Amino acid sequence: MKPQAMTARNATLLNCPSCHLLSRGPTDENQRMIHCPRCGERLHYRKPNSIGRTWALVISAFIFYIPANLLPIMTVTSFGKTQSDTILSGVIYFIKTGMWPIALVIFVASVFVPLVKLFILTFLLISVKKRTSWRPVDRTRLYRITEAIGRWSMVDIYVVTILAALVKLGALASIEAGPAAVHFAVVVVITMIAAMSFDPRIIWDNIENA
Amino acid sequence: MNDHPLVACHECDLLHRIHSLPEGSAAKCTRCGSTLYTHKADSLDRTIAFVIAGLILFVLSNAYPLLILKKEGLFQEATLIQGVFELYRQNMWGLSGLVFLTCILVPGFQLTGLLYVLLPLKFNRVSWMSAHVFRLVRKLQPWGMMEVFMLGILVSIVKLAKMASIVPGLSLYSFGFLIFVLAGAVTFLDPHLVWDHLDKNR
Repeated sequence: MKPQAMTARNATLLNCPSCHLLSRGPTDENQRMIHCPRCGERLHYRKPNSIGRTWALVISAFIFYIPANLLPIMTVTSFGKTQSDTILSGVIYFIKTGMWPIALVIFVASVFVPLVKLFILTFLLISVKKRTSWRPVDRTRLYRITEAIGRWSMVDIYVVTILAALVKLGALASIEAGPAAVHFAVVVVITMIAAMSFDPRIIWDNIENA
Repeated sequence: MNDHPLVACHECDLLHRIHSLPEGSAAKCTRCGSTLYTHKADSLDRTIAFVIAGLILFVLSNAYPLLILKKEGLFQEATLIQGVFELYRQNMWGLSGLVFLTCILVPGFQLTGLLYVLLPLKFNRVSWMSAHVFRLVRKLQPWGMMEVFMLGILVSIVKLAKMASIVPGLSLYSFGFLIFVLAGAVTFLDPHLVWDHLDKNR
């Protein structure tokens, strides 16, 4: 038999997620709620119901991702003409006008990053479900990436905010936020919470039990 | 001597003994490679300096207009908070709340919270509820998105360039600096050191 790795849980120690203090934990986690004696954070051996919660959030984010890309993100009214833009039509507009770098920034931040993040989380969830011991270091690194990149998807939301505030020239021109902005913000927020609710330590628990 | 000679990796739960590190180095988990703890030079002083600079820039950034739009004799200027109000007026209250939270409330709370916790520590005192304030500051970290907002401003400028002439406002420059100052504050902050200080002075 493989010797057990010396993890905090195997030593019945609870690791505080916010201040890193180790506290002696009960042998049965469901006994009662334990708070960190130093900072007051709730303590668990593993994030509670991590896999179920992350699945629910990932699936909802996939659903919200569809209207976020199909509906208009903003409506431009100029000299009485009204034109609605989706995220992709904005990207295409920038490509057509030759502004490649901006087109790339928007495409990466708004289309690519949320999808990549959702696919990575789905992959991690499946790998954990299958109890695989395949490349745990790389899977932990993938998790770290999803935590870091999600915030950049907010770019389009901020662009809409700035444009709406600035372009209020009455009949000349005005810009209003469209329904996709709301859906898109929901995708960003949900995927951020999904990444937070996934517990990478489960990847390593499976290695120990393999 | 350290009161807590052990530290557990946040990403794989492996226990490690805490050794004192040379200045400017970091201890990584032997199994998954995530950072366990660091020893930063002059962490407290440098973080406080960056936080104070950040607060000044934060006030400037919110008080002055970001961009000024000129078109056919018409002027329109916008501050960040006007953007929040405009979204609210367009019945996008959730969106407006999110922008307010990520660009004004969270960064503002982080800066004042850090100052509230760190400045007394400098004089070996602990302010009331320090541990809770510091925990909240750390927890809100992912929800402060000023650097993303800055990218949003740049994209907006390019987008509007065809439509009208754009004059950058004072706030645009202070925002630009603020991003670097905030990044500096986060880089120099050593949470383990702060927790140790909070423990010792309790």
